[in-house]
Amino acid sequence: MGVGGARDEPRVVGRLRERFPDAVREVRHVGDELTVVVAPAAIREACRFLRDDPDLRYEFLSDLCSVDRLRLPEASPRFEVVYHLTSMRNSSRLRLKVRVEEGEAVESVTGVWEGANWLEREVYDLMGIPFRDHPDLRRLVLPDDFEGHALRKDFPVTTEPRWWEEEGRR
Amino acid sequence: MTETRTMTLNMGPQHPSTHGVLRLVLELDGEAVVRCVPHIGYLHTGMEKTMEDKRYQQAITVTDRMDYLAPMSNNLAFVLSVEKLLGIEATERAQVIRVMMVELTRIKSHLVWLGTHALDIGAMSVFLYCFREREKILDLYEMLSGQRMMSTYIRVGGLMADLPDGFERRVRDFIDEFPKRVDEYEDLLTHNRLWMQRTVGVGVLKREEAIALGVSGPALRASGVPWDIRKVWPYSGYDRFHFDISLAQNGDVYDRYRCRIFEMRQSTAIVRQCLDRMPKGPVNLDDPKIVPPPKPLVRRSMEALIHHFLLYSQGFTVPPGEAYVPIESPKGEIGFYVVSDGSNKPYRVRVRPPSLLNLQALPRMVEGRLVADVVAVIGSIDIVLGEIDR
Repeated sequence: MGVGGARDEPRVVGRLRERFPDAVREVRHVGDELTVVVAPAAIREACRFLRDDPDLRYEFLSDLCSVDRLRLPEASPRFEVVYHLTSMRNSSRLRLKVRVEEGEAVESVTGVWEGANWLEREVYDLMGIPFRDHPDLRRLVLPDDFEGHALRKDFPVTTEPRWWEEEGRR
Repeated sequence: MTETRTMTLNMGPQHPSTHGVLRLVLELDGEAVVRCVPHIGYLHTGMEKTMEDKRYQQAITVTDRMDYLAPMSNNLAFVLSVEKLLGIEATERAQVIRVMMVELTRIKSHLVWLGTHALDIGAMSVFLYCFREREKILDLYEMLSGQRMMSTYIRVGGLMADLPDGFERRVRDFIDEFPKRVDEYEDLLTHNRLWMQRTVGVGVLKREEAIALGVSGPALRASGVPWDIRKVWPYSGYDRFHFDISLAQNGDVYDRYRCRIFEMRQSTAIVRQCLDRMPKGPVNLDDPKIVPPPKPLVRRSMEALIHHFLLYSQGFTVPPGEAYVPIESPKGEIGFYVVSDGSNKPYRVRVRPPSLLNLQALPRMVEGRLVADVVAVIGSIDIVLGEIDR
């Protein structure tokens, strides 16, 4: 049994295209992993549809994360938010993606899956992607006064050491 | 006229029952919890970022340190994603050894859970019993990899080394004795009136809530969802083993306890099957571009020396692409989403942290209940803060 995808491609992609004719931007199928890139404006409705459709029933959000594409060959739009969906009923998996530029907000899916709350906060914290209509959009792991977003590719990983004497002299 | 005023209680981050450095802000009305707000991040060290700067073989060492109670499960999840990108599969012997070690890891992780959970509720002796058995698994780890905790034993393309002499006999000694030990824990707890008063009907998580919150692992199965990735999408040859998955209906602290006890027994059975059918053969793939050649060969063959040198100075490259392989860790679904740009270091690594999502369900389980129940519920969801904060 594969990890879903393979045998589900025609059905899932067909249903999505039928329901959201303009929103499906790209379908990629590598091995047993099926990836669908969706227009940012449609992501919440697409998620709700995938969760509620009696045929598909992607009722479990496995993961929500983000990728900074700054150093990849195809770097625009810069950010990718990645959703890993699981259908327990059909034992199938699906990866959804939306692509946004810096500062552009993504619609929150907390209304679809409650569990997305902290995952979106983590993306907001470490990658700096805001989520629209999120009930509690605060940083998750870093302190509130932290500057920058640590998982971005242009975040400096080394800094000049500052000695305590220098700080005292200031 | 009476006025109800709530009080705010700060629990943690140094409270011993928070299993690490979790901080909860509790709003209390008398003894009852009105609101519970977890604060995390005290152990955040940027592990996902660190892995972007490590070669693939080096990055495995970082995974050990996420869920430090189940290092081999993390190794396996990461290695499976990388192997998928490379398009390789471990040898049969390596797969059986992986399953055996991952199941011993499950027992080890559940032992820490049971010991500390019982200690939190006030059962001291269970803690001592559990750590006695855990010590034996740590000894096995040490014998295998030279390390008691951060083993990095599972590698891309196979294993660090084959089993040392006498290892299988020691594992067999352990699993022959272990079911009796589980009976001992159960004698102490399962029908213990105090234990049941503290756990039955406490911290209930309903089936629909658990799914919507992304809860996985024993906590999900205790809520009545028969979902175990070892059965649904077998990896590493799990489809060749006979075992049952745990399942309970009430979703309370007691059911989560019963599920994990059941899993310890099942894991013992899987380890026994591994020993009985341990195949002969190599544990590493014969691919010198990925797996370092054996040391004696490096001393004799120039070509092997070159491969050795390249693998330890530059590592191997992975074709561009992305992969996610979920596995069933002791805590729940763990998987590494690895994005490769074709170089020798992962472009982006994301771990799906089961403890984080299970912890997110905590407010749902404790709000409306007593302060003392918070301690019981935290113990029952079996979190490791190293993995939550990463």
